[in-house]
Amino acid sequence: MAENTIYVVLQHRDGKLHRMSREAIAAAQMLAGTIGGSVEAVLLGSNVGDLADQAAGFDLAAVHVADLPVLESYTPGAYVNVLAPVIREASPAFVVFPHTYQSVDLVARLAQEIDAAYVPEVVSFEASGDDLLWRRPVLGGKLQARVRVKGEGTVFLSVQSGAFRADDAAVAPESGGVAITPLAGTDVSSDRELLGVEQVGGDQVDLSKADVVVAVGRGIGKEENLPIVEELAAALGADIGASRPVIDNGWLPRDRQIGSSGQTVAPKLYVAVGISGAIQHLVGMKGAQCVVSINKDPSAPIFTVSKYGIVGDLHEVVPALTEAIQAARG
Amino acid sequence: MRVAVCIKQVPDTEARLRVSKDGRWIEEEDLRYVVNESDGYALEEALQIAEGSGGEVIVVSLGPQRVQEALRKGLALGAARAVHLVDEAFQGGDAAATARALAAVLQNEDVDLVLTGSQSDDAGWGSTASMLAGHLGWPHAWLVMGVEMEDGTAKVTREMESGMNEVFRMSLPAVIEVQAGINHPRYASLKGIMKAKRKPIDTPTPAELGLDPAQLGAAGSRIEIVDVAFPESGEGAEMIEGDASTVAQTLVDKLQNEARVL
Ligand SMILES: Cc1cc2nc3c(=O)[nH]c(=O)nc-3n(C[C@H](O)[C@H](O)[C@H](O)COP(=O)(O)OP(=O)(O)OC[C@H]3O[C@@H](n4cnc5c(N)ncnc54)[C@H](O)[C@@H]3O)c2cc1C
Ligand SMILES: Nc1ncnc2c1ncn2[C@@H]1O[C@H](COP(=O)(O)O)[C@@H](O)[C@H]1O
Repeated sequence: MAENTIYVVLQHRDGKLHRMSREAIAAAQMLAGTIGGSVEAVLLGSNVGDLADQAAGFDLAAVHVADLPVLESYTPGAYVNVLAPVIREASPAFVVFPHTYQSVDLVARLAQEIDAAYVPEVVSFEASGDDLLWRRPVLGGKLQARVRVKGEGTVFLSVQSGAFRADDAAVAPESGGVAITPLAGTDVSSDRELLGVEQVGGDQVDLSKADVVVAVGRGIGKEENLPIVEELAAALGADIGASRPVIDNGWLPRDRQIGSSGQTVAPKLYVAVGISGAIQHLVGMKGAQCVVSINKDPSAPIFTVSKYGIVGDLHEVVPALTEAIQAARG
Repeated sequence: MRVAVCIKQVPDTEARLRVSKDGRWIEEEDLRYVVNESDGYALEEALQIAEGSGGEVIVVSLGPQRVQEALRKGLALGAARAVHLVDEAFQGGDAAATARALAAVLQNEDVDLVLTGSQSDDAGWGSTASMLAGHLGWPHAWLVMGVEMEDGTAKVTREMESGMNEVFRMSLPAVIEVQAGINHPRYASLKGIMKAKRKPIDTPTPAELGLDPAQLGAAGSRIEIVDVAFPESGEGAEMIEGDASTVAQTLVDKLQNEARVL
């Protein structure tokens, strides 16, 4: 076992490293600092010479590249075919992945294949005696768990969006210093026939430029209750957004969804009504300048990203707020 | 088509949670449990696929005695049979240990398709089903928002970030991990509920499945929860208190004069 080696598997899109790949590099470097190790990156794709150079701009011990036509688009089959023998052979202590929809599709399968332990959605870590403890959200983000890994062997980690800062990824001391090594790929085949990529729900309402957003969550209870939120939005001149369950229930169209699988917004004012604040929602709105949350649960995680919080029943608070805004605006 | 669905029972998202005395999980007594959200959508998708092809649905769940209620719900909605991994040795496992147990069940079932949810609303590993697919040696896909059966293959729509979907074809048998919102789950009818009472629930033991208890449950897990805690609440958030109209007045004042966003 390579005691102190940490691998980081990079994801890319449109010829650029994914922002979360840089976050994963930052996390791997921080981990290397804690355990006294070194970081090596792995890059998969087709015609990815430029990307390999980009990766080699970071402070890494090596960049391993699998450059094969079959890796042109992502499929779990081909990625596992490439990565399993590489990781088995090198046996690094840790392999860090960005917790993207692509990685999550892949990492558990790869972990099963090579019998690695996998800690998903890591948001931070700390040393505790001889152990490392990994913090991750549980129960829809309502609580945070600290977990440890038992037994021997490589440990996989996927790091949640925004948990580590892309800007913290250390760059290479001098250019050209990081070795780029090709990985052999034999017997690599895809297990999906890609047919295309499509936009969800056709024409979209663009919420990304909205100045004020009133977002409604499952706490609204049922579709018939929506008018109280619509009235608040009207009083504020706001666009309406929603958490995923509101959309999944068919109460509002899909193009109103805010979060990791919906839109990303950055308004001046974001009013969250009956939204608990799961990580997948937070990544879509934490760029808002001023967040106001109304929730009956005082320990709802949405309050941790809010400027102002109101603990109470939305059926009482929201109409009162609408009235107060109307009065203030004359 | 014979379709199996893996459903997990989880605390109701509405439940008020308290940390348990040992600090390692939540107080489970008096909690209301429901079928995991995305699993409910997987179940509906399975029923539609089976109805479309004249096949049948099997529901499988690993969990304590209370989980029978979730399985009965599956049976009431139209599943033909249920398998309940209730033996003590199965319980308290991480994704890898749970996947091992589920795989042993599904290896013995002659199914063309396994549908699951994408992520559990309690442990939230997002891993169990992909690991299960690995054991079965079948292709899998996570976050599926559309499935169509076509000439013995599945045409699958998978969610990506930023409002895009990818569409691809995969061979069967396969493990398809459904994301919430793929369909509109039906409600159980009274007739369905009555019928469900007579439908069989198998409860195989580890030995009957050829499994070593040391590989299962908490004993067979690599990941162990040390403790859980509520997030550090309100870091930076100013909590505004009072009755509804006072709170509303105070907030409007602060938005106008302090945050200056009104
Ligand atoms: C891969 C993946 C992608 C996802 N993508 C997204 C995404 O893009 N966007 C998204 O939002 N979610 C997404 N989710 C789902 C996410 O994990 C949460 O399940 C979801 O955000 C929860 O929505 P919610 O806060 O409205 O509901 P809940 O978590 O059920 O919260 C409802 C809240 O309302 C409060 N409440 C209830 N009644 C009242 C009342 N009368 N007055 C005041 N408050 C009340 C409750 O206290 C609770 O906090 C995704 C999940 C996965 C696995
Ligand atoms: N104990 C269980 N019993 C049945 N299915 C499960 C169980 N745990 C997980 N699953 C399935 O695996 C999916 C992913 O769960 P998880 O890996 O815990 O996020 C769930 O949506 C279920 O379909």
